[in-house]
Amino acid sequence: MTQAALSPLTQPRRKASATPGQIALALGIAAFLAVFLGLPVATVIYVAFTEKGTGAFTLINFVDFARTDLFIRSFWNSIYASGMTVIVASFIALPLAYITTRFDFRGSVLIQTLAFLPLIMPPFVGAVAMLLLFGRNGSINLLLDEWFDFKIPFMEGLNGVIFVQAIHYFPFILVNLSTAMRNIDRSMEEAAQNLGSSGFRLFRRIVLPLAMPGYVAGASLVFVKVLDDLATPLLLSVKDMLAPQAYLRVTSIGITDPMGYVISVVLVVMSVLCMWLSARAMTGKDYNTEQRGGGGLAKRQMKPHEKWIAYGAVLLILMLVLAPHVSLLLLSFATIWSFSPLPDAYTTAHYTRVFSESFGYIKNTLIYASLAGLIDIVIGGTIAYLVLRTKMIGRTWLDWAASAALAIPGVVLGIGFLRAFYDVQLPGGRPLATMWIMIVLALAVRRLAYALRACYASLQQISISLEESAENLGATKLRSARKILLPLMAGGILAGFITSFSTAAVELSATLMLVQSSDDAPLVYGLYVFMQSAAGRGPGAALGVIAVLLVAACTYLSHLVIEKTQSAKGAIQ
Amino acid sequence: MSAGMMKTDGLRRAAVNVDIRHVDLSYGANHVLKDVNLQINPGEFFAFLGPSGCGKTTLLRLIAGFNRADRGDVLIGGADVSSLPPWKRDVGMVFQSYALWPHMSVAQNVAFGLEERKIPRDEIARRVRTALELVGLGHLGERKPSQLSGGQQQRVAVARTIVIEPKVLLLDEPLSNLDAKMRVQVRRELRELQQRLNLTTIFVTHDQEEANAICDRIAIMNDGVIQQVGTPVALYERPANLFVANFLGAANVIAGKVEAGFFHMGEGLRIALPEAVDLPVNPHLVIRPHFVALSPAPRDAALPAVVSHTEFLGATVRYGLAMGGLSLSADAPFESGAALFKPGDPVFVTLPLEKGVWLPG
Repeated sequence: MTQAALSPLTQPRRKASATPGQIALALGIAAFLAVFLGLPVATVIYVAFTEKGTGAFTLINFVDFARTDLFIRSFWNSIYASGMTVIVASFIALPLAYITTRFDFRGSVLIQTLAFLPLIMPPFVGAVAMLLLFGRNGSINLLLDEWFDFKIPFMEGLNGVIFVQAIHYFPFILVNLSTAMRNIDRSMEEAAQNLGSSGFRLFRRIVLPLAMPGYVAGASLVFVKVLDDLATPLLLSVKDMLAPQAYLRVTSIGITDPMGYVISVVLVVMSVLCMWLSARAMTGKDYNTEQRGGGGLAKRQMKPHEKWIAYGAVLLILMLVLAPHVSLLLLSFATIWSFSPLPDAYTTAHYTRVFSESFGYIKNTLIYASLAGLIDIVIGGTIAYLVLRTKMIGRTWLDWAASAALAIPGVVLGIGFLRAFYDVQLPGGRPLATMWIMIVLALAVRRLAYALRACYASLQQISISLEESAENLGATKLRSARKILLPLMAGGILAGFITSFSTAAVELSATLMLVQSSDDAPLVYGLYVFMQSAAGRGPGAALGVIAVLLVAACTYLSHLVIEKTQSAKGAIQ
Repeated sequence: MSAGMMKTDGLRRAAVNVDIRHVDLSYGANHVLKDVNLQINPGEFFAFLGPSGCGKTTLLRLIAGFNRADRGDVLIGGADVSSLPPWKRDVGMVFQSYALWPHMSVAQNVAFGLEERKIPRDEIARRVRTALELVGLGHLGERKPSQLSGGQQQRVAVARTIVIEPKVLLLDEPLSNLDAKMRVQVRRELRELQQRLNLTTIFVTHDQEEANAICDRIAIMNDGVIQQVGTPVALYERPANLFVANFLGAANVIAGKVEAGFFHMGEGLRIALPEAVDLPVNPHLVIRPHFVALSPAPRDAALPAVVSHTEFLGATVRYGLAMGGLSLSADAPFESGAALFKPGDPVFVTLPLEKGVWLPG
């Protein structure tokens, strides 16, 4: 393969690579990405490297960063929290992945399902509720203190951030790792057994290395997610981390203060570096294509004592994973919950209050997330089409640029949007950056990669001969795309929309920067505001429950849609 | 010769026999192996041959310990291994997919089994080198499996297996992933290696030519039952039943009735039976196409037929014949310049009974 790519003689002569319509589409998307992804990020980098006021190039801002204890501490804290989250999440995910892939185990379905639970709720939503369960005076520690006379500092400082994030993000590792393990060819394992290997040695020498690419992919995702999250640390009163610092600098000192931008550049570099390292660690290790035999790893029956251990582990993890949800639910119905294992009494007043006062939040969320999802499937679908169905020069650059948005932390994009569009005045003197549509565009850019992947995957499964036969019978490219491709892709497009929608609905990092008035604010913003005051916790929790239900319904819907389209495709084949 | 002997010195050891006794295996309602009995001699190159789904791979995996029998025992070198897990059996298996671990180099792949056996590091290095040289890959130890050709990967898989000096070598369709030309070369190499190591070897294949070419003896399997065991020549010349006769090479199978010293094949066709012939119940005459003789003119005891098709195969010409209601094949050697019969030509067919086999239907 590489030889063919290297040889210039084998390259065919270039012909017209695309129709004018396709070129116009590509240019439109390129412009969109340039304005709403390239420009904000470039602005952030530009401000970080220039002198305030004069615009001359300087490194003094970075020197200031390095000289400020707070920033250096934040830097190490961010790395520590992200790294520890990966480690703690791995400790949760590894046994679960092992149990579900190696054994015939009834709990496997349960684990795989519950693994998605944390993903429907962003970590900050449950953070405050977790304080009530695991905090210094939370239910668990009150009971521990009463019975055994000691407390465990689950939620103290960075511990709390790590604890909450690990519970929320371990599914990224679990899903990637168990997929990788399931893809291992059974003969890989049998060959090792045949040569005298078994048990843990076999796992360590053959199974784990072969599943490593999946683990690295999941772990790097978790690392970047934690790096990016600013709401969880802030709600847990941890301010000395990078993302919260960037937010605090820009909101408290002002949009012209360079330090917010310097921190943003540091965040971008760390997140890109992490993704690059993980990609580098995985080059040449896509083992799936090299395994030709049949079936995944052999599953075996568990012995009775193994079953006890497995169910015990699953139950423990299930309780942990459900803890934020349970405590959020309790909190939303609680009158007063303080210094006691359970709330004093229950009420539905918070829900009444939320529905009467905060309906605007819910409405805004629905509008913003739907618009963002729509933008994403239009752009994502078009990029997928250009990449897979044309030979246009530079088409993979569009794909790459859209996916690169994943590596840009939300807080950075938010700051970039603010700065880049603040000076753009609308008629009437209002800065463009303060329009609610900016929130939609930022969300669309943030979630574009998800919709793109979904469209790409569904288009990839459609044989090109289906369109060719339409063209052969007289349909133009546009008509064959509309009449053949679009109906066949509908399921994938819908799945992409729902993924973008549901993740955009709970996105806060970028939104927090861009919300200018509570009239324009989405649900998560309201939630964040509520959660900051002790009195707002009840209504905040009620709003959180509504958000969880909303996203859960969407996730379930997308699951149904994907399942349905897959079975329909299977029927055709 | 002497160089080869020296190289294999470290790997050669006394060959053992394999004894399979009354083995039964079912997957649910699917009875995969039915009372299988086999004795494989020390140093023998033995084949399990049969169509797909006949149970041959299941039987091989049973010997390796990947399947457990519901009933019956497997003995290797006289010791019952039925209850041993795969990693304690000391039988080497070469997988159909080769199953080379992509995260390890060729040398690491080959060293794996020795490391599991806690063999000293310098001895591992020496034995890995010997094994790789034995399969002609001494210079490729540092490569990754993905950088090798199919034939080279196959040889690594063999080296990885023989380096542990297994008691028995199991080959699961080891040639099926190679192209036709490589297949012939590699099977010859496998045979040579097996002879040099004096290693009891079991070879699973669905390709009768492969089995005939390199195996000492073959067990023909169908539907979970061993149909016949024997040398390739014996199986070809004296098939025990119609399945074996049909499976090994082309055969004309003619059903008929015995009446008054004649074999009646329908529509007035009959041949005289010799005096002392011992016929089974419901006899079928099995006769290979190259024993069927054709002539353009009537001959003594020849039956009239019409050529239905002519296939030129190089060294031979295969004629399809319509004889009464029967379809027959006849192979004639091709001679340069000789005219071939054309479809529609009338011919006269001689069936030499002494070269045929009578089998029950």
